[in-house]
Amino acid sequence: MIITKDLVKKYEETTAVDGISFVIKKGECYGFLGPNGAGKTTTIKIINCMSPLTSGNVLVNERHVKTKPREIKALIGIVPQEENLDPDLTVLNNLLVYARYFEVPSNEAESRAEELINFLNLSEKIDSHINELSGGMKRRLLIARALINNPEILILDEPTTGLDPQVRHMIWQKLRQLKKNGITMLLTTHYMEEASQLCDRIAIMDKGKILIEGNPVTLVEEKIGKEVLELRINNAMENELLQKLNRFEFTHDRVGDTLYMFSRDGRELLQYLVSNDYPLVLHRPATLEDLFLKLTGRGLRE
Amino acid sequence: MKSIFKVPDVSFRAYRVWQRNRDSYKRYYKANLIGSLGEPVMFLFGMGLGIGGYLASMEGVSYIQFIASGIIMVTAMYSATFECTFGSYTRMMGQKTYDGILATPLSVGDIVMGDILWGATKSLISGGIMLTIIIMAGLMKGPLIFIIPLLMLIFLVGLMFASMAMIATALSPSYEFFSYYFTLTLTPMFFFSGVFFPLDKFPLIVKGLSYCLPLTYAVKISRSLVSENFSYIALSGFPLLLALTIILIIVAVNMIEKRIVK
Repeated sequence: MIITKDLVKKYEETTAVDGISFVIKKGECYGFLGPNGAGKTTTIKIINCMSPLTSGNVLVNERHVKTKPREIKALIGIVPQEENLDPDLTVLNNLLVYARYFEVPSNEAESRAEELINFLNLSEKIDSHINELSGGMKRRLLIARALINNPEILILDEPTTGLDPQVRHMIWQKLRQLKKNGITMLLTTHYMEEASQLCDRIAIMDKGKILIEGNPVTLVEEKIGKEVLELRINNAMENELLQKLNRFEFTHDRVGDTLYMFSRDGRELLQYLVSNDYPLVLHRPATLEDLFLKLTGRGLRE
Repeated sequence: MKSIFKVPDVSFRAYRVWQRNRDSYKRYYKANLIGSLGEPVMFLFGMGLGIGGYLASMEGVSYIQFIASGIIMVTAMYSATFECTFGSYTRMMGQKTYDGILATPLSVGDIVMGDILWGATKSLISGGIMLTIIIMAGLMKGPLIFIIPLLMLIFLVGLMFASMAMIATALSPSYEFFSYYFTLTLTPMFFFSGVFFPLDKFPLIVKGLSYCLPLTYAVKISRSLVSENFSYIALSGFPLLLALTIILIIVAVNMIEKRIVK
């Protein structure tokens, strides 16, 4: 469905995307994870023909983004990170006017708009203006708008950022439903839970490059392990402890006052630590977040 | 570096943007009409009768008769300009409407052309109403059939000033910029295009300047169509305005594209 090869995007001074290649298959949900400035949004804009690429190749449904932008854009529905609903129009008219941009016949547009407004639980607000909607409603309307042209590919740029948990879970449910109906999805997020809930495959991006790609569960197991133990001990104690533990199989990482130990089977390790009275803080399953932080580092990104 | 004279990618889909603007206009049309008509109506009757009361005639006709034809053009100029400066800038920057539309099969050319067509439509609405007022006031001395070329002229003037305004929008860092644009571009046209007084008695340099202002030609055509003395010579301004408008549209599309496609 989407084939990207050696994609590079340079702005005057900076390189936003630095030679990435990936393939998204039909019906798949593919996620881009990465800190701010990793190049996720830029990549999406190139796929949707809104931003020209510097070099490399991007094919969407066998069409090149450089030569067939109108055809490609007709196949895609996009939920942008920055809300850009039309504040001069009502909820319903936002959908109808948008449908016209895609040349959807007006009677079909009307029935689709109504269907989508129901699907995203917005029927009470059908005649409201955009400024009367809450953040969660706006995001749901953006999703409805992205679906008005019956797209083959749905692109979501941080679909649940800034929303409360109820709305977030509802949106996840709707997206899973869409996926079941066979839509191909590409999403960016920095919520690890979102990626594990929705994505068949993820790519972790940083500084314009893809660091790793694969199924989220398999990746965590391969690169991190199954379990994590968190200990709050100082450097001196750490060295002493690590020496005593060299018969166990695990990897470790220190951040500030905490030592993280990643292990495939932590039971024996845990037993040892508990029976020797170490200040164990937490024993939990390994998550995508561990992998993410391991790969992209813990420095702040502004 | 992309040329600003590149042939733009414009399709029939520009009409979709025009429709979008029309739909949102329905909500505000009353305030909008008062805004764009109030001033020219006051100029016409205030100056026409006020100053006109002290003048026996100007170029052989009553003063109000003299200014009527030019005021139609001024109305068209301001309507299109307001729409494609403040209106388009708001859609481009504030509301991100352009970004939303750009994610659909429309191109930047379609969006800009749609806005320019809409700006010209607003000229047609307010200029048309102005023309009606002038006809009802008995100031239309030419044959009534000239309403058709007059409306075409109003639309053309609308297209021209809409695309000029679009260029200002492409360059504008903020709303404040438009006050330069109005003061440095529109106000000179308002005064030195022969709307309120003939420019014959001004020094050569002012006359020269007035021939550089596109509104001068529009006023000449309009005056010729509204007055008793129709002249074919005045019509020669038509192709000139048309050519300038086409160039301005091309430049406007390319400059907006440069601004929003990164």
